[in-house]
Amino acid sequence: MASETTTRRIDRPALVVALLLFACAGIVANDAASQTIVSTYGLGPTAVPYVVSICLAVLGLAHLVVAFKEGIPKPGPADTVAILWIVGGLVGLVACIAFGGGFILATALIFACTARGMGRRAFAVDFIIGLVLGLVIFLVFLKLLTLSLPAGPLERLFF
Amino acid sequence: MDTLLDLFHGFTVAFEPSKLLFCLIGVFLGTAVGVLPGIGPALTVALLLPVTFKLDPAGSLIMFAGIYYGGMYGGSTTAILLNAPGESASLATALEGSKMAKAGRGGPALATAAIGSFVAGTIATIGLAFLAPWLVEIAVHFGPWDYFGLMILAFVTVSATFGDSPLRGLTSLFIGITLGLIGIDKLTGQARLTFGVPELLNGIEVTTLAVGLFAVGEALYVASQRAHAPEEIIPIKGSLWMNRQDWKRSWAPWLRGTAFGFPIGALPAGGAEVPTFLSYSTEKRLCKYPDEFGKGAIEGVAGPEAANNASAAGTLVPLLTLGLPTSATAAIMLAGFQQYGLNPGPLLFAEKPDLVWGLIASLFIANVMLVIINLPLIGLWVRLLAIPQPWLYAGILVFATMGTLAVNPSPVELSMLFGFGYLGYLMRRYDYPVAPMVVGLILGPMAEAQLRRALQISLGDPMILLENPGSATLLGIAFIALVAPFVMKGLNKFKAAED
Repeated sequence: MASETTTRRIDRPALVVALLLFACAGIVANDAASQTIVSTYGLGPTAVPYVVSICLAVLGLAHLVVAFKEGIPKPGPADTVAILWIVGGLVGLVACIAFGGGFILATALIFACTARGMGRRAFAVDFIIGLVLGLVIFLVFLKLLTLSLPAGPLERLFF
Repeated sequence: MDTLLDLFHGFTVAFEPSKLLFCLIGVFLGTAVGVLPGIGPALTVALLLPVTFKLDPAGSLIMFAGIYYGGMYGGSTTAILLNAPGESASLATALEGSKMAKAGRGGPALATAAIGSFVAGTIATIGLAFLAPWLVEIAVHFGPWDYFGLMILAFVTVSATFGDSPLRGLTSLFIGITLGLIGIDKLTGQARLTFGVPELLNGIEVTTLAVGLFAVGEALYVASQRAHAPEEIIPIKGSLWMNRQDWKRSWAPWLRGTAFGFPIGALPAGGAEVPTFLSYSTEKRLCKYPDEFGKGAIEGVAGPEAANNASAAGTLVPLLTLGLPTSATAAIMLAGFQQYGLNPGPLLFAEKPDLVWGLIASLFIANVMLVIINLPLIGLWVRLLAIPQPWLYAGILVFATMGTLAVNPSPVELSMLFGFGYLGYLMRRYDYPVAPMVVGLILGPMAEAQLRRALQISLGDPMILLENPGSATLLGIAFIALVAPFVMKGLNKFKAAED
């Protein structure tokens, strides 16, 4: 398999996009097929999804053709470690909100992780900056805009 | 004369002290956020949308107008001083502007951009004020089929005609349209593509998609490229002011740029890139000092920057009169309107004239404020540019999550935000445009609603779309615009094979 892809020079990213588009087309069509209410005249809720599904499939086919021809533009090298730091920070943030860690802690986490990903080497300092930033934003939203952001143990100290 | 009366009335609304304050805050915030590298006007508006959440509709829309114009102005500052255009419409400005800044003429470059934006913005807003009522008169007679035709045309022009690759543009558009299908169908109450997740029943928020694609996606992309291309700020040396010759060389490009920008922006013809590059190449041809182009010719900043601002005001014409967004920024503005249950279109002019004309009047005021506050504050904006990149992007991500958490504090919404962010990163990496996706998300459900309304009136006969002259023409143009790039490509290939 691997040798075949290299000899025939199939553009792997274009192939993946094609498969994803086919998958989307399938999901949309499947969802439309499982609808129960279909209106009597005019267009029901399923007509447009079917059209969209066909268009997605056509775009998938076009990508398939492109994959065997010139392919989509080749990107340059990427700094994977940086991406991992930021994605890690984002996942941590979702977990922090989901498990009631509160806005300030979540802000500190994403701030420090992003700064680390972008090349800073002072995680503890950045974490503290993040905490202060989170606190300021929390108070501005609460007092000035009367919008309450998710509260956790840290936020409850201020009530 | 009616227009002048309406406009006068609008000014009485916009001149209320509280409205002036909102406008000032908007201009200030818009410039401050827009000046940050990598943040274009679309993202500026999306990030600041939650800030306007608790204001009354008129106040928040006026603040919005300020944010929009401020973001545009801030973007040009970044383009000139950092050679880092936040959006494709600033590319032309960056070409000559950064060269001027390197040659120690950053001050005049910023000044001609600011004054050019003011001139273009003012003329284009006058155009908007006079064109809008006239278009509203026509739009009143539009049937759902005509709207459907217009929306299809907008789909094609936004995604296919002007991008590098129609295939990638259309792919981006259809992902957006697919996302637009998610949620409860408004006519039958059927849940579509929700997979039993309650958060999906209301559909996907345009702001979540836009902030994810633009802010999170951009941060990831910059982080992935950081080691390979460091950025540097070019310090401003010498005088901030334009000399006599600068003025003499700037005024005509400003006017020509406006003449390109406004009509192209007002037509559903795909954003500000086209007029800015048209203006750039025209100025290059007409310039008395053609050898200066590529080394920092002031005409190359004055023209495109005017074109950019004029087209921004131009996109407000279809947005306000037809409810038709033709750029990512306009799509987010439309989301801002919808947040208050307002639907732009002919009806809005009849039902809420205070609001519409107040908004148009505050566009004039925002323009004046921009020139007054920005030239003296240039030092402050330059200092904002000097924020270390790690903190800058860390701050952007904090802002992005803050907006989502304020509106809808759920882990599902956050996960969507970050999912879109990663998608945005991959799309940037493989050169897929992201703007069509945002337009597809907001315009897709609208186009579906109009189509279904049209077919209900015709009792299910699809020929109504072609029998009606308006919709038939619009669909015809859309079809030609869609097919033309492929046919031309085919012809070129054919020629190449013949040679």
